[in-house]
Amino acid sequence: MSFLSYLINGISLGSVYAIIALGYTMVYGIAKMLNFAHGDVIMVGGYATFSMMMYAGANPLVAVLAAIVVCTVLGVVIETIAYRPLLEAASPLAVLITAIGVSYFLQNAVQLIFGSGTKSFQSVVSVPNLKLADGALTITGTSMVTIAASVVIMLVLTIFVNKTKAGQAMLAVAEDKGAAQLMGINVNRTIALTFAIGSGLAAIAGALLCSAYPALTPMTGSMPGIKAFTAAVFGGIGSIPGAMVGGILLGIIENLSRAYISSQLADAIVFGVLIIVLLVKPTGLFGKQIREKV
Amino acid sequence: MQLVEKMKKATRRKQMKTYGVVLAAFVIIEILSLTGNLPNILAGQLVTLCAYAIAAISLNLVVGISGELSLGHAGFMCVGAYTSGLFTKCMQPVIPNSNVRFLLALLIGIVAAGVIGFLIGIPVLRLRGDYLAIVTLAFCQIIKNVFQAFYIGLDSTGLHFSMRDQFSIKMAADGKVIASGPQGITALSRDSSFIAGMILLLITLFIVQNLINSRDGRAIMAIRDNRIAAESVGISITKYKLMAFTTASAMAGAAGVLYAHGFATLNSSAYDFNKSILILVFVVLGGMGNILGSVVAAVILTVLPEMLRFLDAYRMLIYAIVMIVMMLVNWSPKALELREVYTSRFKKKTGKEA
Repeated sequence: MSFLSYLINGISLGSVYAIIALGYTMVYGIAKMLNFAHGDVIMVGGYATFSMMMYAGANPLVAVLAAIVVCTVLGVVIETIAYRPLLEAASPLAVLITAIGVSYFLQNAVQLIFGSGTKSFQSVVSVPNLKLADGALTITGTSMVTIAASVVIMLVLTIFVNKTKAGQAMLAVAEDKGAAQLMGINVNRTIALTFAIGSGLAAIAGALLCSAYPALTPMTGSMPGIKAFTAAVFGGIGSIPGAMVGGILLGIIENLSRAYISSQLADAIVFGVLIIVLLVKPTGLFGKQIREKV
Repeated sequence: MQLVEKMKKATRRKQMKTYGVVLAAFVIIEILSLTGNLPNILAGQLVTLCAYAIAAISLNLVVGISGELSLGHAGFMCVGAYTSGLFTKCMQPVIPNSNVRFLLALLIGIVAAGVIGFLIGIPVLRLRGDYLAIVTLAFCQIIKNVFQAFYIGLDSTGLHFSMRDQFSIKMAADGKVIASGPQGITALSRDSSFIAGMILLLITLFIVQNLINSRDGRAIMAIRDNRIAAESVGISITKYKLMAFTTASAMAGAAGVLYAHGFATLNSSAYDFNKSILILVFVVLGGMGNILGSVVAAVILTVLPEMLRFLDAYRMLIYAIVMIVMMLVNWSPKALELREVYTSRFKKKTGKEA
């Protein structure tokens, strides 16, 4: 029974990673950049939800919606000011370093506004815990909502990308920017839309992450951000189902090794598995193999 | 052949400038400190500055010269720091001369980091681009985590290890704990000095600059510029990539030894992802492939937060904004165009290439 409960907790944690990884993977697919500030957008989402609930006394659902709006706007602003001028730069590293600068900026701005102390986050989920097998197995409401949310998000996102015009435009830009522009697609607007969606998802991830682990600090987003990035690469960066599978597998591996092997070495084991997967399958689980032409 | 000779000469001239600047900086700092005019904020940072400069130069070898993005450079610093720290801690009572002890610690750190770099490089360098980046990041995290999990004790019979806690090391009565898990190594003798750092920095410069201006260095850059073309003229990709990566790891190890011996406590959590990123920022802001740039950027970005101390709480915020603005000004195609227009308006073109 304890194995099952560890497994469910792992899936729940993995679902949060998956939602974050979706943001990473979409942005990477379309702009070919690693958005290192993504983890900090999650943190901003957490703080936005927190302040709506604490200071404005809003209903949790309203608070999460407000956080989504805040993060979406933030994502678009970051993209326009800091990333767009550099997407055509001579080296792809330029925009990577700028993203790191944005990450420092967000962490320190939040620290100035809210202080560096830990805020105790009140869960946004009010679903009661589910007791199975005469109380031997408890599934928390947060876990259930997190898992359900990630499945819904993935389905909606898949339908959006494959069935709508804007989604098709994203695929086209991801495939070939120049050709997409010639076909009359507004490339800049499509990239901005991708950032908006990714950042909105980050807000949801922030609220869910802080509901499960209620300590909120300006550094909250950085480690989950790195893990989610790992998950995106694990599943094959640029692929939506890949991010989902990668995230959930990562969560399960992390939780099981924390429970059965060593809590200190759990992160090392997660990264070890990643290395092995990449050495066997160099573009991740669902990644496309790109042939190089001379 | 004449072309190669010309290229060599031009590179040599540029390299002499680098030595000159570093030596001039050394002389100025020495004069300032002898006359007692060295600002306090700088005096406390000298060893750190040298360590960061060495780390930045070595990462430049990987990112700028070899063209591979590595996000785990701090991991190699960690290997150097931890192995040499263990050595120093064990040998503190045995070798009283701190210079001899530091030299030996340095050798151990360099060899350990070089060997680890070689072993990691063999599988990792098969990957490319962002996948290589994430795997180096992963290795850095693993190295940090593994060192954090170790409890090590020393008694008359030798070293004892445990992965659980410091009470399960099982030592004889005279034993003492030398490394206790997440706390790391404490009460370490601070053996490194500015002079040692400066010598190490010059040696690093000498090695890297000579490598760049050699047959091997040109092979490494050829692979960076066009892998397939380089392979087709018979350059062994694996050999040269591994050469650059291992050399860089060993130097990062040296930087780690220097850095760790500047403080009394050695904690492997200091060598995390953020430190790798910090070093990468030095390299990119200084200009990829530009060795002098790495040194200058390392110095400016280490001193800048201290200089901004009067801004109090706004310090790191301003630092972040400076970083973003510097990147936008230096790299954005539009900004470069504007700069071109202005410089050509104020300066007459001399027709010479810079």
